[in-house]
Order: sequence, then C-alpha cells, then structure tokens
Amino acid sequence: MTTGTKSVSVMKKIETEQTLKKGGKHDWFWFLLPAFILVVLFFFLPIIITFFISGTNMSTATGFQNWEWTGLKNYQRIATHPATPQHLWLTIKYVAFTLVFFNVGLSLVIALLTTHINRAAGFLFRALWLLPRITPVVVYVMMWRWIGADAPYGILNQLIIIPLGLDPQNWIPAAPFIFIVLVNGFIGASFGMILFSSAIESISQDLMMASLVDGSTYWQRVKYVIIPHLRWPLLFVTTFQTLSLMTSFEQIMILTDGAYNTEVWALWAYHKALSSYSGNLQWGFGTALAAILVTIGIVMAFVYMRYFKFDELVQDPKIETL
Amino acid sequence: MKPKTVFSKIVPYLLLIIITLPIIVGYSWIIISTFSTKTHGLMPVDRAGNFGGLTLSNWNFIFEPEIWLVTFNTTILAIGLTLGVVVVSMMAGYALSRIKFPGRKAFLSMTLILHAFPTVTLLIAIYFVLKWISGIPILGRGLPIIGGFGYNTLGGVILVSMALQLPLGIWLMKGFFDNVSWDMERASLIDGCSRFRTWREIMIPQIKPGIAALSIFSFIQGWGSFIIPYSFMVNANKATVATYLNNLLSETAPTNYSMVAAVGLFQLLPVLVFYIFTQKYLLSIFAGGVKGSS
Repeated sequence: MTTGTKSVSVMKKIETEQTLKKGGKHDWFWFLLPAFILVVLFFFLPIIITFFISGTNMSTATGFQNWEWTGLKNYQRIATHPATPQHLWLTIKYVAFTLVFFNVGLSLVIALLTTHINRAAGFLFRALWLLPRITPVVVYVMMWRWIGADAPYGILNQLIIIPLGLDPQNWIPAAPFIFIVLVNGFIGASFGMILFSSAIESISQDLMMASLVDGSTYWQRVKYVIIPHLRWPLLFVTTFQTLSLMTSFEQIMILTDGAYNTEVWALWAYHKALSSYSGNLQWGFGTALAAILVTIGIVMAFVYMRYFKFDELVQDPKIETL
Repeated sequence: MKPKTVFSKIVPYLLLIIITLPIIVGYSWIIISTFSTKTHGLMPVDRAGNFGGLTLSNWNFIFEPEIWLVTFNTTILAIGLTLGVVVVSMMAGYALSRIKFPGRKAFLSMTLILHAFPTVTLLIAIYFVLKWISGIPILGRGLPIIGGFGYNTLGGVILVSMALQLPLGIWLMKGFFDNVSWDMERASLIDGCSRFRTWREIMIPQIKPGIAALSIFSFIQGWGSFIIPYSFMVNANKATVATYLNNLLSETAPTNYSMVAAVGLFQLLPVLVFYIFTQKYLLSIFAGGVKGSS
C-alpha cells in the first residue's frame, strides 16, 4: 500500500516536470512583455519619430494634416542659421568647463580628500555632496538663485562681496555662464566622487603601506599610486558625463530659461519644438536639432558597449537547464 | 605631535569645508528663510531690515487647496512610478537572469545601451506618442485619479517616467536575481510550481534589499521630477509640486522669497527624511552607475 502511493507520487512528479517543460516554454515572453511595450513606446518609437519629423516642415501652422516632406532642408537651415555658431560654441564651452572643473576635477579632489581623512568624516562629506543630486531640481535651483540674488538679499553679496568692499549686484545676469556651470557642476560632481572614492578604497593596503614605508609624500602617492589606479574610472566618468552634459538642459531652463545667452543646444531644440513663446511650435526644425543629439547619443552608447566591455556583462545565465 | 603633522591633518578638513560651503550655506538658507519675514544673506530680518522677524506666516500656503491638489498628484506620481518600475523591472530582470530564450542577449544589450542613452533628447518625440495615446478611447483620457495615459494626464506622466527609469531598474533587478541561489528555485519548479508562482513566492522574497533600493530611488525621482510633468501637463498650478513651485519662482518678486522657500522646504522634507534613513540603500544604486542627470 505504502509503496503504491509512493510510486504514484513519483509518477506525478515526473508528469508535472514534463508539463512544466512544455507549458513553461514561453514564460519569458510574458515576463518581458510589459518592459518591451514601454521600451517600444517611449524609446524606439520616439527615435523613429524624431528622424521622421525632422524631414518635414511640421509645425502648429501646418498642423498634423498639411505638412510636407522637405528632405534635409531643416538640417540646411541649422547649418546656415545665424544663431547656430553661438549655441554650438556655448554648448562646447559649457560641457568643457563643467566637466573639467566639476564632474571630473572637483569630484576627484573630493574623492581624494574624503578617503584621506577619518572614515566617518569622509562619509559625512560625501553624504553632503549627494544632497544636490537627490534634492528636487526646482528646489535646488531656487537655492542657487538665492545665492546669486541682488543685495541686500543674496548670499554671495552679503557674505563675500560686501565685506570685501566690492560692488554688489544681481549675479545671475552678471555672470550667467559661471552660474550654469556651478549649478550643474555641484550635481555632477557626486557621480565621479562615488566611483572614484570606491576605486581608491579598493586599492590594496599593501600598496599604500609600501609607498609609505618608502617615505613618499602624500602627493607622490597620489601621483604614482592612486591616479594610475583610477585610469579606468576617470575615462568612464569623462565619456559618460560628456554625453549627459551635452544633452542636459533642465537646470538651465529653470535658472535662466535660456536668457543672458545661456541657451545650450538641447534647450534650443526644446524651445523651438515645445515652448510656445512665438505661438508657433516648429516641430520639424526642433526635432532636427534634437536628432543631431540623438545621433550622437546612439553612436556614443554603442561605443560604450564596445569600449567598456559591456558586452561581457550580457553572457548567458550560468544555470539555465531544468 | 609635531606642528607639521597637525597642520597636514587639518588641511584636508579645511579644504573640504571650503568647497562644501556653498552646499552648507544654500541648504541653511532654505531652512532659515522659511521661518523669517525676509533674509539678508543668512540673517533673518524684519520688514525694516533689522535682525529678527521670525515668523510662521510663510507656511500659510498649506491652507490653500491648490497645494494639496498638487501634493496629491505628486504623491500619486511618485507611488505610481515606484510600483510600475519595481514590478516591470522585477519581471523583466527575472526573465533575463534565469531563463534562456532567443533574443536574450539582444534584449540585455539593448537595456545597457538605453541606460547610456540620454533620454531627454526624446522628449519632443514623446510628446507625439502621448498625443497619439490620447486618441485611444478610455485608456487615453478616461480613467479615474490618473486621468488616463495620454497627453495632459497624470497617467501619461507616470508612464513616460517609468519607461525612462526602466533600463536602470531592469539592470539592477537582474543583478540581484543573479545572486539568488538556484537550489530553492529548482526545488519549487520540480514540485510543480509555475514560473510565475516561483517568481512571486520564492524569488521575490530573496531580493528584498534590491526592491527597497529601487523603490526608494524611484520614489525620490518621481517626487522631485520636473521636466516630464512640466512638458506633458498643461496647467502648471494643477500638475505637481515641482511645476507649482517653478511657477511661484518665476512669478514672485525676490522680496517674497521666504514664502517660496517654504514651499521648497515642503517638497524637500520627505526626500531628506528618506535620505537620512535609507542612505545605505541609495548608495548601492548610485555606486552601480546611475545615470548622471548632468
């Protein structure tokens, strides 16, 4: 009797195993479906739409019905537009300054300093530097507006300029470029800071000790031990942040909305296509401006895959047979 | 200790304090000005400009119905985004980690490429996608609370935010599933559990820290997000706290900034509370290479 039930249950098990193999064959499809739909709707489709509309003269004037194909005319217009050199130069300058002084430069300095001092204190400083990244962006920009505000309200004027006996002024119109770099740089610095400091902490203690025993100064250690060790994260942060800076415009839009010659390329595209100051949204021209950034983004993303050996991360799962 | 060593011990602290000063001062200003009639720099002053003038009147905005409408919307946005990202990422992450199927490698590579891709460049085209969704009956703009999934609806904003967050979420969840031992899952599958039930009852409880990290991160992102609701909802004063605050910021003369600061602190507070109590979880996401917003 007992052996009977046992064998029945074993049989049942084998049976379910077989049905599972049959029925479960396409499970992956249902697991991936929601993600797939979202990716198609909000990544693939928009990429196609961007290039498609950039080849038309579509605007609020033509509506969705009366537009015409214009081929590469929008791109020709960009090439000959009187404002193009100005936006282009500003964008290059903005990316270069923010990258060199903050996203790579300052983040490296913070990483070096916070890993050098007492562990808990270093952690506290890094936590403070993460604040700008998690603060709601409008609140964060509001804070910077106040730092630059005119006397007698502005913090910069009250705490530094007036005590030094200099002329107080409204600093955002007076030094708009410095402010867009500062506002973005103080957010951007934390990205490199985290990657660099965890890379520094992963340097073997033996190596650090050896350099100490050899009597090297801190600067020698930075130059000959730490920096060579950081080559890889440095390269990664530089390339990754170049792309994000080139396409970012949210903070600038809230701070100046492009006034005082701070309209970077991405903001220019956004204004042309979606912000209705003139009453006419030039979707064709705006998407052409955006399409240039999209192209750069796609190319760079593929380069990352190759260059940073991302493809090694997508190997088959080690255990997959049932 | 020799004076020289004391000196070299203090210098890094001094340097750090100096470069961190704008952050310390800026955030202090938000808190101080919230409780002052006006501020001159960091000093609270009264109407005549003398030291003092501490007040709670800046917080009067909490008696206006509008702020609670936008707070409600923002809460729905943050919760909707969190639930959506976590569930969809857990499903996709599980399949990518545990099941072998045709196109798996392609999907994974795509997730990584999209993670590096600057999504803000697609906002203009997403406007057209949302307009198209608006045309679909009921789903477009006929749902309660979220309004639908089309243009100028809360649901549309949630959907777009979810999509843009997915590459990070899927990647993160896949990483957590990769680390769960195979034995328990195999036992459950052999006992006749379906893949779906195994995922729900065996696997998900194993990756709770990952779910917590992604949830906190998504909530903070949704709560503070500006550009997506600003672009895809028409009335800034009825959309989210961020668009409401942006409107105040562009309309208000500098003399009344204390009131604006109070709204700002109102939006910042939940984030700060989260940040203080969940730093460890958040760092695990940032260290994994979160996309730099700038």
